[in-house]
Amino acid sequence: MSLNIQTVSNSARQIATKLGITKFDLSGSTVDETSVQVDKGEQKQVKASNRAGITVRVWNQENTVGITSTTNIDDIGLELALKTAYEASFFGIKEHAPDFSPEATAPIAEVKLESGEAATVPQLIESLIAAERKLLDTHEAIESVPYNGLAQRSMSQFYLNSDGAIRSDSHSITSIYLYTKTEQEGKKPRMGGAAELSHSFAKLDIQKCIDEAAEKTISHLNYEKVASGKYTIVFSPDAFLSLLGAFSNLFNAQSILDNQSLSTPESLGTQIASPLLSVADDALHPSNIGIETFDGEGTPTRRIDLISKGTLASFIHSAGTAKRMNAKPTGHANMGSKITVSPHFYHVAGGEQVDDRYNLDTAENVILIDELQALHAGVQSLQGSFSLPFDGWVVNKGVKTSVESATVAGDFRELLNSIVHVEQKEEFTNGGICPRIWVEGLSVTGE
Amino acid sequence: MTISIDPKTFLLSKQLPNLSYAPTTHRFDETWEAPLSTLLGLGRAAGADFVEFFLERSNYISCLAEDDQITSIAPKLSTGAGVRVFKGKGDCYVSTNDLSFTGLKAALEKALGIMALHLPAPNSYVPEINLELLRDYATKKGKDSWLGECSPMREMADVLLAANGKMKQTATHIQSRRAAYFRDWQEVLVASSDGTFARDIRLTQSVGYNLLCADGANRSSIGQRVGDTSNPKFLTNWDYTATAEDVAESAGKMLYADYVESGTYPIIMANKFGGVIFHEACGHLLETTQIEKNTTPFAEMKGQKIAHESLTAWDEGLSGNAFGTIDMDDEGMPAQRTLLIEKGILKNFIADRAGSIRTGHPRTGSGRRNGYAYAAASRMRNTYIAPGEHKVEELFSSIDKGIYCKKMGGGSVGATGQFNFSVDEAYLIENGKITKPLKGATLIGEAKEIMNKISMCSEDLGLAAGFCGSVSGSVYVTVGQPHIKVDSITVGGR
Repeated sequence: MSLNIQTVSNSARQIATKLGITKFDLSGSTVDETSVQVDKGEQKQVKASNRAGITVRVWNQENTVGITSTTNIDDIGLELALKTAYEASFFGIKEHAPDFSPEATAPIAEVKLESGEAATVPQLIESLIAAERKLLDTHEAIESVPYNGLAQRSMSQFYLNSDGAIRSDSHSITSIYLYTKTEQEGKKPRMGGAAELSHSFAKLDIQKCIDEAAEKTISHLNYEKVASGKYTIVFSPDAFLSLLGAFSNLFNAQSILDNQSLSTPESLGTQIASPLLSVADDALHPSNIGIETFDGEGTPTRRIDLISKGTLASFIHSAGTAKRMNAKPTGHANMGSKITVSPHFYHVAGGEQVDDRYNLDTAENVILIDELQALHAGVQSLQGSFSLPFDGWVVNKGVKTSVESATVAGDFRELLNSIVHVEQKEEFTNGGICPRIWVEGLSVTGE
Repeated sequence: MTISIDPKTFLLSKQLPNLSYAPTTHRFDETWEAPLSTLLGLGRAAGADFVEFFLERSNYISCLAEDDQITSIAPKLSTGAGVRVFKGKGDCYVSTNDLSFTGLKAALEKALGIMALHLPAPNSYVPEINLELLRDYATKKGKDSWLGECSPMREMADVLLAANGKMKQTATHIQSRRAAYFRDWQEVLVASSDGTFARDIRLTQSVGYNLLCADGANRSSIGQRVGDTSNPKFLTNWDYTATAEDVAESAGKMLYADYVESGTYPIIMANKFGGVIFHEACGHLLETTQIEKNTTPFAEMKGQKIAHESLTAWDEGLSGNAFGTIDMDDEGMPAQRTLLIEKGILKNFIADRAGSIRTGHPRTGSGRRNGYAYAAASRMRNTYIAPGEHKVEELFSSIDKGIYCKKMGGGSVGATGQFNFSVDEAYLIENGKITKPLKGATLIGEAKEIMNKISMCSEDLGLAAGFCGSVSGSVYVTVGQPHIKVDSITVGGR
C-alpha cells in the first residue's frame, strides 16, 4: 500500500477544516516487506506484507493535545482518527503540553539514503537454503539451523503539520540471521549464530554471516563450567552496546523528567564513567543502515555526544523535553500520546592507547562475553542493577574455553566506573559502533 | 439418466472482474461469505492445498496516570487481513490493510505467486468453497455490545487518578507512581478452504501499578497488574486499594534488601505469577513450533516421564475471565482444555494447524497471533500447574536454607532448553521461616532438569495475567501454579 503524502496532507486539511480543527500534525509510514525461512533444504514459511499507518495529533481550543493511530488511511479512517484524537485532547496534559517542534521546518541533513533493488522470493529462498547448507557443512556437530531468516524491507516515513511542515524519507534494509544447534554424543546441545544487515540483497554479505555463525558455534562445542566469583570481563561490542541500550534512561531527558532515570537534570557535566569512555548517538553515521533524517516530531536527526571522557555531556531530547530543560531538540522523539525519546545508533569511541596489560593473547583467566541474553528480564533499569545469562569464553593467554552456563551481575553505574581499558579497534555491529571494553570486578555465577 | 450442469450456477474466472461484492464495513457478518468463498475457491483452483483468510478490526486504547495527572490517552484503530496458503508442508502468509475484494484478491495472488501457483486461466471454473453457517461466538455470547459498555475516557482517567491517589497515601519513599490501563477490543473473522467460517469478539483489559521508591542510594521498583477478558465493567470493579497496599508493602520491603548471594538453593515459588517458570521452562517446549525446529528436548517423549510425579499441568482456553481465555483460536477452532502433563507423564503438545501438518500432533485450538500481520502459531492460553496436596507451610518447613521467590519478573528460554527468570521480590528462608528480603536474584536452569526437581505442590492454585512474545507476536496468556518447591536451582546474584 503506497501513500501519497501530498494527498494525505490535502485530505487531512479538508477534514480538519470540516471538523473545526485548526491545529494538527501527522506522522506516518509505509512498509513493504518479505521474509523467508527454510528448514533442512526446503522452504518453510514465506511472509509478505504491505502496510501503512498514521498517527494524528490534534490541539483543541484549550491547547491540550489528543492523539490517535490508525491503519485506515482513507478519508473515512482519517476523519475517525481526527475525531477520536479531538475527543482525547480534552484529557491532554495542561502543564508542559506538547507543541510543534521549532525545528519541524528546519533543513534536514543531506544524506544519501540507499534503497536497493528488491530480490525475488525465489532468490531469497535459494540463497537461504544455500546458506543453511554451507553452515551445516562447516562442522559435523552442527545438526540444524533452527533459527534462520532472510528478509528485505523498504520503508517510507513522513511528517506534516498544519503550519505547513512536510517532509519524508525512505530507505531499505535486507537482513539475514543464522542460528545453529549442535548435537554431540554425551554433550549438551549448544548454539551459535550471527546476523548481517545491508541496504540491499546485492550488498548483503551472506558468507560473512555463515562464517561468523560457524566460528561461534564451533568455539562453544567444548565447554566447561566456570567457578563463581569476581572476574575481569571483556565485553564484545555487541554485548556492551546491548547493556548500554538497556540503561539508556541515563541520557533520556523524558525519563529524567519523569523520575524514571538513574540521572537527574543536575547530572549533566558530572563524571559518570571512567575517563576512558566516550559515547555518542549518531543517527546519521554512514554505517547506520536504518538512517532516519528526522524524528517523529519532524526534528532533524544529528550526532549528539552523550558521554565525553567519562563526563555526562548531553541528554537526548524531544521538542517538549528540550523546552523544559532549556535545551535544543535533538531529533530523538517518537510520536505518541506521551512523546517518548530513544537513541538511534551508538558510537562508542575506540581507546587512544594500546595497553599491553589488556590483551586477550596474554591476559589470564578473564571472561570474554560475546552476547548478553534475556535483557528484558535481567535488567532493573531503574535500580541500575543487572543479572544476565551470557554466551562467552574464559580466555587464558589466548586460549578460549566456552562457558557452559553462567550469569554476570552488577550495577551499571559501578560498571561504567570500573572500565579499565577501551580497545582501539572500533567494530561495526548492527546496533552501533564499539570497541571491546574491559571491566574489572564483576560477579559471575557459574558453578 | 443423465445429469446436466447448469453453467449459471458455476463461477467462471472470467467473471471475476465484474463481481461487485459489498460486505458490511462496520462488522464482519454473513455478507462476507460470498467474497471469501470465492477467494478461497480461487486459491484452491490455483493448486493450493489449503487457504485461510483472517480478518481483523481492532479498537485499542491505553491510559496512563503519572503521579497526579493523566499523561497519556492513546487510542489506536486498526483494520487488516492476512491470507495463508499451504502447499504441502510449506506455507506463505501475506497481510494487507486493504479489505476490499480487490485488495484481498491481490494479497491472495501474491501469496499464490510466492508458492509458484497462479490464478485459474480465463474461462475456467472456480470451485467456490462451501462455508459453514457463520459460527458467530460474538453474537451468540452477547459480545456485540461490549465495546459500547466499556469505560469511556473520562471514567478511565477518574479511576486511574483515584488509584494513584490511594498509592500516595499508602506507600513511602515514593519517587514515581504510575497507574496504567488498556482496553483491547478485537473483532475477528476466519474463513478457510476446509469450510471454517467463524467470527468472534475479544475484549482484553488490564490495569495495574508501577511504583518506584528511593531512599538515598537504595531503590526498589515493583509492578503488579490484573487482567480480564470478558467484563466491560472490569476497570470500575478494580480493587485498587488492595493492590496499592500489596505493591507498597513489597516496594517498602525491597527498598533495603541485600543482594542475594549466588549459589545453588532449594526454592519456593509463590503461586499465581510464579507459574512463569512453567510457562517458560516447559510450556514453550511443548509448542509444535519448537518440535518443527527441533528445539525441544521433549519432541519424542509423549507418553514418557518428563517431570516429577507430583506435577500435573494444563493449557486451556476455558477458564472464565482469565487472560488467556478464548472462545475460538485465530484459526476458527473452538478452545479446548489440553492436558499437558499428568503425574509427570507427557500427554499432549500444543498445536496449531501448521504444527499439526508438520508434526502430526492434533490441533488443540491453540493457533494464536497478535493480529493480522502475523500468521497463527502454536501458543499457550491459560497454562498452569495443577494444585497438589500439601499445605504451604509444609513446603517452607522442608527447607533449612533456601529462597522464597514471591514475585517473579520476566524470563526466557533458549533453543537448547536453558532458561532464566528474574525475581522481583525474594526472601531468605532459614529453618523453615522467612527471614530477610533479597534482591538481584536470577533463576537459571535447564528445562529438562528442573521439571524433575519440582517435588512439592501446595493446594493454593492461583492464576495471573501475562504477555507472551513469540513467533506470532505478543498474545495475552495466563500463567499459574500453586506454591511449589524446587529442590535445587542455580541462583545468580552477587
